[in-house]
Amino acid sequence: MPNPFRSFLQKRRIRPRSQTALVALEHGAIPWLLGVAVATTLPHAEHLPWWLSLFSAALLLGRGWLWKSNSRLPARWLLALLVIVGTTGIGWQYRTLFGRDAGVALLVFFMALKPMEMHARRDGLVVIMLGFFLLLTHYFHSQSIPTGLWLLAVATLLTAALIRLHGGAQPVREIVRYAAWLIAQAVPFMLVFFLLFPRVQGPLWGLPQDAHAGLTGLSDRMSPGSLNSLIQSGEIAFRAQFATPLPDRSRLYWRGPVFDTYDGQTWRASPLSASRSANKPATVEYSGTAIADYTITLEPHNQRWLMALELPISLPEGSALWPAFETLAREPVRYRTRYAFRSALDHVANREESPRMLQQALRLPAGFNPRARELAGEWRNTLNDPEQISAAALRYFREEKFFYTLQPPLLGQNAVDEFLFDTRRGFCEHYSSAYVVLMRAAGIPSRVVTGYQGGETNPVDGFLTVRQSDAHAWAEIWLDGKGWVRVDPTAAVAPSRIERGIGAALPAGDPLPALVRIDTDWLLQLQRLRYRWEAVNNAWNQWILGYNPQRQREVLSRLGMEDPGWRSMASAMAIFSGMCLLLVTIWTLARRTRVSPEQQAWQRFCRGLERFGIRRAPWEGPFDLAERVARERPDLAQLARDAAGHFAELRYGMGQPRQLLALKECTRQLASHRRIKV
Amino acid sequence: MNLQEALGRWLFRFGRDDRLPVVLTQRRIFILPTRAGLLYGVVLCVMLTGAINYNLSLGHALVFLLAGLGLVAMVHTFRNLLGLRLMPGRADPVFAGEAAYFTLHVENALPLPRRALELAFGKNDTVSLEIPGGQQVSVSIPFMTIHRGRLDPGRVTLSSRYPLGLFRAWSYPHPPLSCLVYPKPLETPLPSSTPSWKSTGSRGNSGQEDFSGLRERQANESPRHIAWKAVARDIEHRPLLVKQFDGGAAEELWLDWTQTPSGNDTETRLSLLAGWIVIAAREQRRYGLRLPERSIAPNSGAVHRDACLEALALHA
Repeated sequence: MPNPFRSFLQKRRIRPRSQTALVALEHGAIPWLLGVAVATTLPHAEHLPWWLSLFSAALLLGRGWLWKSNSRLPARWLLALLVIVGTTGIGWQYRTLFGRDAGVALLVFFMALKPMEMHARRDGLVVIMLGFFLLLTHYFHSQSIPTGLWLLAVATLLTAALIRLHGGAQPVREIVRYAAWLIAQAVPFMLVFFLLFPRVQGPLWGLPQDAHAGLTGLSDRMSPGSLNSLIQSGEIAFRAQFATPLPDRSRLYWRGPVFDTYDGQTWRASPLSASRSANKPATVEYSGTAIADYTITLEPHNQRWLMALELPISLPEGSALWPAFETLAREPVRYRTRYAFRSALDHVANREESPRMLQQALRLPAGFNPRARELAGEWRNTLNDPEQISAAALRYFREEKFFYTLQPPLLGQNAVDEFLFDTRRGFCEHYSSAYVVLMRAAGIPSRVVTGYQGGETNPVDGFLTVRQSDAHAWAEIWLDGKGWVRVDPTAAVAPSRIERGIGAALPAGDPLPALVRIDTDWLLQLQRLRYRWEAVNNAWNQWILGYNPQRQREVLSRLGMEDPGWRSMASAMAIFSGMCLLLVTIWTLARRTRVSPEQQAWQRFCRGLERFGIRRAPWEGPFDLAERVARERPDLAQLARDAAGHFAELRYGMGQPRQLLALKECTRQLASHRRIKV
Repeated sequence: MNLQEALGRWLFRFGRDDRLPVVLTQRRIFILPTRAGLLYGVVLCVMLTGAINYNLSLGHALVFLLAGLGLVAMVHTFRNLLGLRLMPGRADPVFAGEAAYFTLHVENALPLPRRALELAFGKNDTVSLEIPGGQQVSVSIPFMTIHRGRLDPGRVTLSSRYPLGLFRAWSYPHPPLSCLVYPKPLETPLPSSTPSWKSTGSRGNSGQEDFSGLRERQANESPRHIAWKAVARDIEHRPLLVKQFDGGAAEELWLDWTQTPSGNDTETRLSLLAGWIVIAAREQRRYGLRLPERSIAPNSGAVHRDACLEALALHA
């Protein structure tokens, strides 16, 4: 009789074990580790100096070749040399070895180099731990949804590499499936921790100088062309969500930095306007009618300005209204920040203004722009009223041949003169600058205001999206008894810029700034898609990326936690993660015994026998049972012997599929046998 | 018994397992982070600090995902050992100083494969194995022998770091295992003619006896005499056959305790006797063994050799 147990006597490979000897790294595990190195360093290539990317790629390719040809790894002195070369290069490139970018560059370099000296399993572990760390550094550059998904995939790859490192050779599919399964089980923990881990507002210590490099936004000065590059960018500056009805588009002036000093080229803020003590406090008088309540989600721009509709009457905590009605936060905005504002759209700003401020608002650099001064002097002599002078200037823009274009000709020494009388081509910064120069020359206090104008409502989530391409510059003049009054000279030339946006204002043939809205038919579909995508992105920003201590408290108290302090959060976190662990444990450890089809069929046959009073004992083999049946119920003898024979052949011999059918047929006959008897 | 031992007895349930098979239940499996696991924890702490410092919300999410992964890995490492069933097998006798191999049958009743299992006796060499779902694997675990006698190798350490190597789960099953350890043979020339010689003529050409036929192999017989050619002819049905030889040395050799130099201690004398037995068996002589308290009549063959060596091993 054949051996009823499928046992395999295997003498396994025995490896010597001692406390000092390390577990060797398997040859088959190396491609996994190289994959980890590539996947974690590749996205950094975009931000690294080209030579470092090339160097790292060469190292990894070389390691791959060494693996393929099964060659020896380079000697230690050569590796030491490579370390020195790479580190020196990075130090030379960044002028330091510390700081964020240099640190990331060093990590990438070591990640590319480490595979060159992988001998033991421990070295493989180092590569994977380094990989986890490099994953985190990806977030310095992007925290978008695709980045999140990519990182989930790479985390799975790292897990798979760990499995390969510790579990020996297995089919790739199985490793990956197991890794994905582990990651999937880890997700509930991530959600619980993310929601409940008591958040701390960073930074914990001073950040390196380069921590916020590459953030775009309005500048603290306006020189020719400075807004131009901003307008070309489709990046989102901020999003606004209105609690009150959305104001008319022509009233959406988002006030940013204000400039009252001109040197003939560049507009800047005077030290005076930056001093709160030397000035009258900013006072806004308003009636109760046109009030807007809204929340802004500002993208980081590394400056202190917060964007508010003109003019804010209620400010978020931690910010203040400065003498020129700028809202400044205490710290530069380095993270996506949410804050709530209330603005009065009809207002009187500083009916009383300090004489020094007014004087500053009249100053012009001597010797520049004589023709503009002459024109303004003419108006001043003929027209008495400042409002009429302003109207004359706007009329001049409208009636002379001025063009709105983002590609103005270059201007020389007397920029305003050349613009007003010769080129007559420009966009908001030219118009506002020229207008303010004219007003000052005519003796009317005036200044340039920069910020954003308009925005675009996303129909999917109702948020108003304001992009860098909505950057705008306008002017304001101070009138006795009326305070500071906004004048937008661009509106005189291209009213559609204010009413419909920059895409409509530009003449046909002018290249459009990237991502500026277009009303072509087939692009509408695309636009709808973009709206949806941006709504998803916005939700991501609001709920995932904007989940800070403040938002955490909001969310938790809305979820019913009474006093969301760190104590209650920590205990809730402990409870919920404990529950997750319990569930995962039960799920994982649940015994799923495999019952083969022939066993199932045999058990069914035995259950059928039970109806005849014959119960199979746990130790009873098929043939023993059949003999007992033959003794107790001779009428069933043949059936039981057949069934036992089929089962034994299927289970222990070389059973054919038809025997499974035959076994099932025996069960059926057993059932009908009873029916005949009854 | 010191405190550590008492603690170990209470915590790890040291002691022989009498109920077979030994099933690894929750109570018998222990788990602790490995050095790699601790490193992982440190890396996560540093990453969390970085995420807080740079206000990286997704960084928080990544750290939390990895923390969850660590917890899940703990459960899975534990699972890799849970429910394994161990049955002790036999171990062939060895000479002292050699490694004894203890066979252990490990059964995995669940459909999931168990990977990277490591088995070892104390600080002896480790054997690693994997068991596919629903199968049983027999494994031979080495144990370096030092002294003759009946050897109880003690508890087995069955451990695993699979899947992620962050945790090591282990268990100390102690199935009843034993192995006979013969004295380490010291090969010296066979004792020369003594009164115990029963010379019946010239010494036969030992090692050149006539082949007389085949018979079924008995357990314990040396595999050296298996008639592989005959076996290979009909491998399906024939049992293993051994060659039988006739004739041989007619003279009988008595290996006597008293022949060993009395100046040596007991162990050395036993080793000398063991050496003679090994030589005599190799030369296929007929020999008998005489110890102070028992003697074994002259005979030849593997069974006889083992019986003689066993007598030496168990000599009080």
